[in-house]
Amino acid sequence: MSDTHPLNKPPSVMEKSANSYYQRWRLVKDSLARFGVIAGGLSVIVALVLIFFYLLYVVIPLFKPATAEAGNHYALPEAALGKTVLLDVEEQNEVAARFTDTGQVIFFEAATGKPVLTESIKIPAGTKVVSFAQGSPISEGAVIYGLSNGQAVVVKHQYQITYPNNKRLITPSLKYPLGEAPIVIDDKGTALEICAVKVGDKSTTIVAKTADKVRLLHIEKQQNLFTDEVTLERTVVDLNVAVATVTNMLIDKEERNLYLVSDDGHLSFFDISDKTLPVIRQNVNMVTAGEKITASTFLNGDSSLLIGDSTGLVSQWTMVRDELKRPAIQKIRAFKVSEKAIAAINPEPRRKGFAAIDADGMMGVYHTTSEREVLREQVTKALPIAAALSPRANALLVEASDKNIYFWKLDNKHPEVSVKSLWQEVWYEGYPKPDYIWQSSASNNDFEPKYSLTPLVFGTLKAAFYAMLVAIPLALMGAIYSAYFMTPIMRQYVKPTVELMGALPTVILGFLAGLWLAPTLEENLAGFFLMFMLLPVGVMVFAYAWHNLPARILEKIPEGWEAAILIPVILLTGWFAFAISVPLETALLGETLRDWFKNEWGIGYDQRNSLVVGMAMGFAVIPTIFSIAEDAIFSVPKHLTVGSLALGATTWQTMTRVVLLTASPGIFSAVMIGLGRAVGETMIVLMATGNTPVMDLSVFQGLRTLAANIAVEMPESQVDSTHYRVLFLAALVLFLFTFVFNTLAEIIRQRLREKYSSL
Amino acid sequence: MMKLWFKSGSPWIWLNAAAVSTCLIMVIAVLALVLVRGVGNFWPAQVTQFSYQEEGKPLSVLIGEKVDTSITPAIMAKSTGHKMADNEDTLVQYLVKTGNRDVTGADFRWIEARKVQEQSDPDAMIVIVRREWGNFYGQLLAVQENGKTVATGDQAMPELQNRIAAASSVFKKITQIEKKEIGAINYGLERLRLKQKKLQLENRWDSEAEKQFAADKADYDAQYQSHQAELAALYKEIRRDSLVAKTESGAEIKIPLAKVVQVYQPNTMNFFGKMGFFYHKVLEFLTDEPREANTEGGIFPAIFGTVMMVIIMSIIVTPFGVIAAVYLREYAKQGFTTQLIRIAVNNLAGVPSIVYGVFGLGFFVYILGGNIDALFFPEASPAPVYGTPGLLWASLTLALLTLPVVIVSTEEGLARIPKSIREGSLALGATKVETLWRTVLPMASPAMMTGLILAVARAAGEVAPLMLVGVVKLAPTLPLDGNFPFLHLDRKFMHLGFHIYDVGFQSPNVEAARPLVYATALLLVLVIIVLNLTAIIIRNRLREKYRALEG
Repeated sequence: MSDTHPLNKPPSVMEKSANSYYQRWRLVKDSLARFGVIAGGLSVIVALVLIFFYLLYVVIPLFKPATAEAGNHYALPEAALGKTVLLDVEEQNEVAARFTDTGQVIFFEAATGKPVLTESIKIPAGTKVVSFAQGSPISEGAVIYGLSNGQAVVVKHQYQITYPNNKRLITPSLKYPLGEAPIVIDDKGTALEICAVKVGDKSTTIVAKTADKVRLLHIEKQQNLFTDEVTLERTVVDLNVAVATVTNMLIDKEERNLYLVSDDGHLSFFDISDKTLPVIRQNVNMVTAGEKITASTFLNGDSSLLIGDSTGLVSQWTMVRDELKRPAIQKIRAFKVSEKAIAAINPEPRRKGFAAIDADGMMGVYHTTSEREVLREQVTKALPIAAALSPRANALLVEASDKNIYFWKLDNKHPEVSVKSLWQEVWYEGYPKPDYIWQSSASNNDFEPKYSLTPLVFGTLKAAFYAMLVAIPLALMGAIYSAYFMTPIMRQYVKPTVELMGALPTVILGFLAGLWLAPTLEENLAGFFLMFMLLPVGVMVFAYAWHNLPARILEKIPEGWEAAILIPVILLTGWFAFAISVPLETALLGETLRDWFKNEWGIGYDQRNSLVVGMAMGFAVIPTIFSIAEDAIFSVPKHLTVGSLALGATTWQTMTRVVLLTASPGIFSAVMIGLGRAVGETMIVLMATGNTPVMDLSVFQGLRTLAANIAVEMPESQVDSTHYRVLFLAALVLFLFTFVFNTLAEIIRQRLREKYSSL
Repeated sequence: MMKLWFKSGSPWIWLNAAAVSTCLIMVIAVLALVLVRGVGNFWPAQVTQFSYQEEGKPLSVLIGEKVDTSITPAIMAKSTGHKMADNEDTLVQYLVKTGNRDVTGADFRWIEARKVQEQSDPDAMIVIVRREWGNFYGQLLAVQENGKTVATGDQAMPELQNRIAAASSVFKKITQIEKKEIGAINYGLERLRLKQKKLQLENRWDSEAEKQFAADKADYDAQYQSHQAELAALYKEIRRDSLVAKTESGAEIKIPLAKVVQVYQPNTMNFFGKMGFFYHKVLEFLTDEPREANTEGGIFPAIFGTVMMVIIMSIIVTPFGVIAAVYLREYAKQGFTTQLIRIAVNNLAGVPSIVYGVFGLGFFVYILGGNIDALFFPEASPAPVYGTPGLLWASLTLALLTLPVVIVSTEEGLARIPKSIREGSLALGATKVETLWRTVLPMASPAMMTGLILAVARAAGEVAPLMLVGVVKLAPTLPLDGNFPFLHLDRKFMHLGFHIYDVGFQSPNVEAARPLVYATALLLVLVIIVLNLTAIIIRNRLREKYRALEG
């Protein structure tokens, strides 16, 4: 820095102009630096604050309500070709299809209604379409036409996407998965009044109702191993059921369950896993007397039924196993759409949501798991005829009696989340009762994501509780001793050692806990318990013996070394506890303590359990609590203690009545900060527990904490999905929790410091 | 008497003292555990031959290292389904590392001491450390060249060692060519492809560019061909020799020397021999690449990745931390707001590290990285460059995580500098920035150093956030190499702490990996202890110094 030297000399007249230039430059530099530091400092602080706002920014869309925006409406395309029996939209919301009761399929542009392609289903001459149904699951696009001559035609509609000239082109087409020839279902030729189908790669099941029976037809493709010849094997069986009132039939996609719905509210549930022998499992009444079922369909995944009735109620019925493990249909929740009858229910093809439209054209969009009405909108003024929800659930087409089609855009990204689905008990599909469950992902779209944060928060608190149970006594008692009783020479070494303990990477503690402590504890459970009990006793006995040593010896030993003297005593007691544990177990219980817990109390034992976590995380938390509490106790002004001692109080009395009372806010804040650390600790819980999100109070069971859950699931979660945002919510909860606790603790400490300085 | 003693409060003082002792014992026990198990890994164990008699089976021979001994009390043994005679108090079991996974299917076996008829440590036992299938234990029979025996009996061992040395140097050459030379060619080809795509995207792909591209590609292809030829010759050389050894069951197996890392006879080694072996093993551990899904070999890439990340983090965190501290202490008006900021900064140090990881993944990787990719690397899409976890994002995340540590420590240092020094400087006519730069900051530099060391120690041991923003179990390439631009901030890297988690908990063969995990843990603990002790010593010196100044 050569520019310092003009300062050292008194400025001469000759140098004055250069000097003033230099002085100005110094001032500019000063203000530049001021500006730079302020900008830099503030931006660092802003960056730290940004963490909070960014987490919030990711989480907020979870709680934004869904919206519906009216698009075009246009005249029904090719209205002359018959009445609509089904509307459908493909994934990109570009091409829609209208299936008519005359066996025509009109593909048209979803946004404008311009016809793209019209196809006719191949129906034998002289017959007509009597019934129509969508196959299950609806995303596969299969439909069935029941004909007046007892035959049926199965058609699949599909959309092929190509990119000529880098522009997306969607080409609709029809396919006959069972061949173009109609399938004979009733050989007597009576009309098929109602039908249902499930088309699979290997087998197809069709159920059809004629005037006098319900017939189940199963076609199995069998491929000859040697000749590659395909033969179709047909099984036909008639169901034993009263047919008069049946209005809808539903086959699930596993081809195991068949539901016959009558409009008077009666449902018959058949087990058809054996196609030659359908068994009736249950008859239920689904609506109150006098009401009618006006719409019924599967919820995505085919394990729940959605039943819409004439009172405007949509109820969800799911298969639950009763005490005897028998499957039974049970109502788990209901949604009130309006006072009018439900006209149509459209399940979302990929989520557990659905849209229901009532006879007045009022549409409600619901999600079953979160029990949320996400949206309510008057989609048409006229009577709705048919509606279609697009596969991505972001568009809706409604045909109304005014011969118009209304196109609606939906924005409904996170219907799965509600306060209830996050924090309260939810009755999931297939579960016997409402429960708290975290189970975020599975391989297919049928899975019902279970985003209950309750078991995770429970696990977090449980782990923190056991950790604090270990840490608080050790850390606080240690802090009391080393701040007040310990000789300064020893304290000089003890403090850094404990600080070092706090600096040990948690991954190492977790690794030792998981791979060393957990198996050791499992083998020596009784030894550990005995050690916890014997240690204080051993110390007391030794202290009493020490007290009774001849004064001559005691005088020679300086005070404040108790902690060092006790080390061999504790080691010896520990060894003794382990040594007698096995004979004691044999003598008292006749089996190991672990088995005894299991056999006598029914408490199971997980190798990586809460006790292990408590001990390992307690170890990690001790230094935090210790050093803050020690500081608080140590900085209690000396004149207070000296005064107390001068008045005749013993050291212990001074400690409990004066020092601890004065330092108690500091100790409290130490505990708070320790708790904050225990709540957010990740690696130890990740490695020392089995990470099972169970809600179980037992010490011998595992747990999963919020932090560990994030570490496990975050890398696999898809950006901006509900799962991703829920994990961010977990992070936000952790952030707020620790931040609030730490701030409280910090404020208490600041107050304490001021108090001390005034004392 | 007793009552009086209780009244004096003395027992409670002893109990409190016991808490301190317990803490000390726990720390020392943990450190000792890691030390003993970590170091023990490198010491050559005796290879023992057991004659083992299982019920209803013929007498069999087992060869291996006795790794662990477990003594189970009779009641526990009974509850786990062992048959115990009435006069037996305990069940003693040995865990034997029998190796030979290719022959027996398992590396380790628990045997019961009571069924061992005889055990001895014959001198002839050899241990073969192999590149695949783990260790081999057995006896050396012969050395072969192209299938013909060249040495047997006593000559076999020296001949084998010579040939292994030769094979190892060939192996080194092969790795050098495959990883470095061919790696560079592949890297060049990839860059060429991206360049082509970029030109096409920018509509500058013309005949000239095409010609240039073809020439470059032909150049790389030619280089590749010549390396291939070289490799073929080397492979022929390394496949020439093999050894024949006898397993515990008497079967003879042939092991090509290409797959052998090292052969030694632990039972013949004396103390100094073992010391030499120990030293060699430690060196291998520190400088070698991992083998066999990270369960064997060294951890060099993990050390390298940790160091790289920590360095980049320090470069980011130091200036920002110091500027923020200087702002808070020297420029900001001291009042309620600064107090609030101070509390907030302090508390950010207590925010769980995983939250920083979540932030890093969402903000750095997906938002910043995604936008960088869209702006600067459109040619790479759909493969992300910076839009995926990597070294830069990991360093940035940890910089954010350790920022409070540096700020707090620097502020503390600034606060300790007596006011008189600042005032003296200002009174002499120095501007504020000159005062800061020439007197205050140099005096506070040890405090900054302490902060930085603590930050480095924290960053080196932190794992949870890294799992989200860039650490992988096995990185094919180091983030620093000879290919332009040399430092690859977008690459994923390996990390000591994550290595412990991954190998200890995610590995398919945890038992075999355990010694290595302990060794890695020991290394990490040592690094952290050294860093922390340095910080503590600097801090104490600093306190002394200012006490002198103030006085």
